[in-house]
Amino acid sequence: MALDAMHAEAVAGVVDRVVARYRRDPANMVQILREIQEDCDWIPPEAIDRLQATLGVPRTKIEGVAGFYAFFYTQPRGKYRVLFSDNITDRMLGNKAMMDRLCNNLWVERGKVSEDGLVSVAQTACTGLCDQGPALLVNNLAIGGLTAERIDYIAELIRGKVPLADWPAEFFQVADNIRRADILLTADFEPGAALLAARARAPDQGLLASNMRSWREGLPSGIGGPAATLDEIKRANLRGRGGAGFTTGLKWEACRNAPLKAGQQRIVVCNADEGEPGTFKDRVLLSTFPDLVFEGMTVAAYAVGATRGFVYLRGEYRYLLDGLNAVLARRRREKLLGHDILDIPGADFDIEIHVGAGAYVCGEESALIESLEGKRGTPRNRPPFPVTNGYLDQPTIVNNVETFAAAALIALNGGEWYAGIGTRQSAGTKILSVSGDCEWPGLYEYPFGVSVRQVLADCGAVDTQAVQVSGPSGICVAADEFDRIIGFEDIPTAGAFTVFNQTRDMFQVARNYVHFFQHESCGFCTPCRVGTSLLKNLMDKLHRGAGSPYDFAEIEKLNQLLQSMSHCGLGHTACNPVLDTIAKFRPYYDKRMMQKDFTPAFDLDRALGAARQMTGRDDPHAHLATEHGGQA
Amino acid sequence: MSLTFTLDGKSIPFAEGQTIIQAAQAAGVFIPHLCYHPEFKPHGSCKLCTVKVNGRHTASCTMRAAAGMVVESETEEINAERRALTQMLFVEGNHFCPSCEQSGNCQLQATAYHLGMMSPHYDHFFPNRAVDASHPDFLLDFNRCILCSLCVRASRDVDGKNVFALSGRGIKTHLIVNARSGQLGDTDFTPADKAAQVCPVGVILRKRRGFAVPIGERQYDKAPISETANDNC
Repeated sequence: MALDAMHAEAVAGVVDRVVARYRRDPANMVQILREIQEDCDWIPPEAIDRLQATLGVPRTKIEGVAGFYAFFYTQPRGKYRVLFSDNITDRMLGNKAMMDRLCNNLWVERGKVSEDGLVSVAQTACTGLCDQGPALLVNNLAIGGLTAERIDYIAELIRGKVPLADWPAEFFQVADNIRRADILLTADFEPGAALLAARARAPDQGLLASNMRSWREGLPSGIGGPAATLDEIKRANLRGRGGAGFTTGLKWEACRNAPLKAGQQRIVVCNADEGEPGTFKDRVLLSTFPDLVFEGMTVAAYAVGATRGFVYLRGEYRYLLDGLNAVLARRRREKLLGHDILDIPGADFDIEIHVGAGAYVCGEESALIESLEGKRGTPRNRPPFPVTNGYLDQPTIVNNVETFAAAALIALNGGEWYAGIGTRQSAGTKILSVSGDCEWPGLYEYPFGVSVRQVLADCGAVDTQAVQVSGPSGICVAADEFDRIIGFEDIPTAGAFTVFNQTRDMFQVARNYVHFFQHESCGFCTPCRVGTSLLKNLMDKLHRGAGSPYDFAEIEKLNQLLQSMSHCGLGHTACNPVLDTIAKFRPYYDKRMMQKDFTPAFDLDRALGAARQMTGRDDPHAHLATEHGGQA
Repeated sequence: MSLTFTLDGKSIPFAEGQTIIQAAQAAGVFIPHLCYHPEFKPHGSCKLCTVKVNGRHTASCTMRAAAGMVVESETEEINAERRALTQMLFVEGNHFCPSCEQSGNCQLQATAYHLGMMSPHYDHFFPNRAVDASHPDFLLDFNRCILCSLCVRASRDVDGKNVFALSGRGIKTHLIVNARSGQLGDTDFTPADKAAQVCPVGVILRKRRGFAVPIGERQYDKAPISETANDNC
């Protein structure tokens, strides 16, 4: 048999196994592509041939999905695919030097595949190891705490073609770094306890009937059981922990009250696409407190009458998948998932885990649902909202990992207990992912209402210039605002708390974030697709010292356009870091506006860079002196 | 009593379920648009049809009309924003109107005229996009693609073929065709396809018909898009 035919046959074998495991359902396309790539190292055209035949979907659909996600490769990217995390915290910890070192060691150019096809080295957005960076992913396995020695060792392992399974186990150890724990991070929790408490809260009368109905077709109001659970969630005044802070009880109630069409069911989705740079709390919740999260999802299913659940786990956390599946299997054995949960007839609910593939926008709930359905992760037009028309058009709640963990504790201890923690408008606790310039980066759980200053003191931050709260889409807090508090009434947050000391250049912080949004824009709408690229180009122009007040005005105009015309929150918030740093750290911009007059973005000397690289020259004669200070 | 909302102060009747742009068009009021086409499911991606509803920006092609809504469209502010979007589309691709076969029939060009766009304003991206001439009857010039996805929807929803789709992400989003070779000639695309008729710009071009109608006598040469839009789209 010819080599090509053998290759095609081997690929077809992989595809058939994966497709069978996913019940030949094109709604699992993202998972199918991910598993094919795990076996084949990329998604070869032969795999798409076979998928087209076995799934009966057009090639355009498969290629459209494969082309959307950063972690899917339709070109070979090597046996070892190294991606350096490029969050601002990684940069502050020297990731550039690490990457250059690895590239030099391996004789490979950044972003390219080595000539022998063995390895590629490139960058990716924050991988969620900000408290133990600089970090990288190799074939989606996380390695933190990079040092020169570790990089050299990694290069040796790659050159020796050592299988990842045989790499030193300590490379892959990810620390929890819990520095301050409150109710969630101390939860000494017996699996099933919250469900039993929720069930016990239902009035005796009609208990069985109400439970059966809740899980099967949703409850008419006024009947106990789930209504009692929902009441506790409302009493707790729980609000979503993903950043937007929508009232959880209202969301759940809307889903529960949404009519079901024939054959439909309600869906509970846990959003573990923790993509906001600087956030890593969900990683710890899922690795160390998975029962709390799964139990919260089951409580939610009980309250809204859902029978199917998903965890959407970001691709960067692929390494958590096997452990989480083992916990799910144990919970099924313990009758905490599956049919007749806790022996309640009709109490059916199960959870499956979908893994993302490098797309921040999938943290937006409707884009997440599109991805769960095996599509490109493009945010939907709303209304209708997911609570009525979510996964496969069924009523769906999407909540953050931390929200579900809190819901489990509320089911266990009651809403009043929970409402007593935190502030009047912000009940409960918040887990902050602290990183950047501080002595003890890691997780800090506080009752809402804690001041920025207090957190800074606790994490050992000195000479702090600014804190980026809630990541690039959040707000940048300057020193004169450190008495402001974390809470929905003041600074709402999804959890990121990135500290910058006096030595940091806040323009570079904003520029890093602008690059992030440009990379993560889904490309659906004109303003965000083109606007984030224009914004990136302008920030780069300022960075090169070719900026003028004209460019600065352009940046402000673009910011406005993105805010008013964009399709989703990504575009709306893409300019936040720039707006905030302009308002609070203007001198960092001023010093970059070298010219009073307009300066063209085109720099002839820079354009000759490719020619210099080709000829291996970098001497003064290979450069042009430019009128506007184009840098040599 | 019939349902109405106001659009720039004018009362617009609408039927339950109609979007703002549908009701406006039925009443003879033009709202600029590119990815919207009355025969297809609204997409809401170009954002040209953005209006302010009760003070908030929203795409009029996806927003359902509701009684009593106060909608602003022809304001200085909104048209400036639309003009900026048009400029973005011009610099994102390679649009050279004087040499383009669609000049005069192009909705992007006509919309730019309508909005008073005098220059591209932004720096050109000059993307490198190959032309596909593999099909016997059609030429694909991706340089002009504005990613409106009308051909995608037409092929999928009307022709039942899925000849076109969008792939890539962000600024790298691009149109692909349904063939392993990536060539239109290897697909089942035909001149009878609905997808062959819907491109609002000059991507999907019929071969051997170039400049059959002289420039100067084309659709938008005769009347601005605001006066012709209701005839065909």
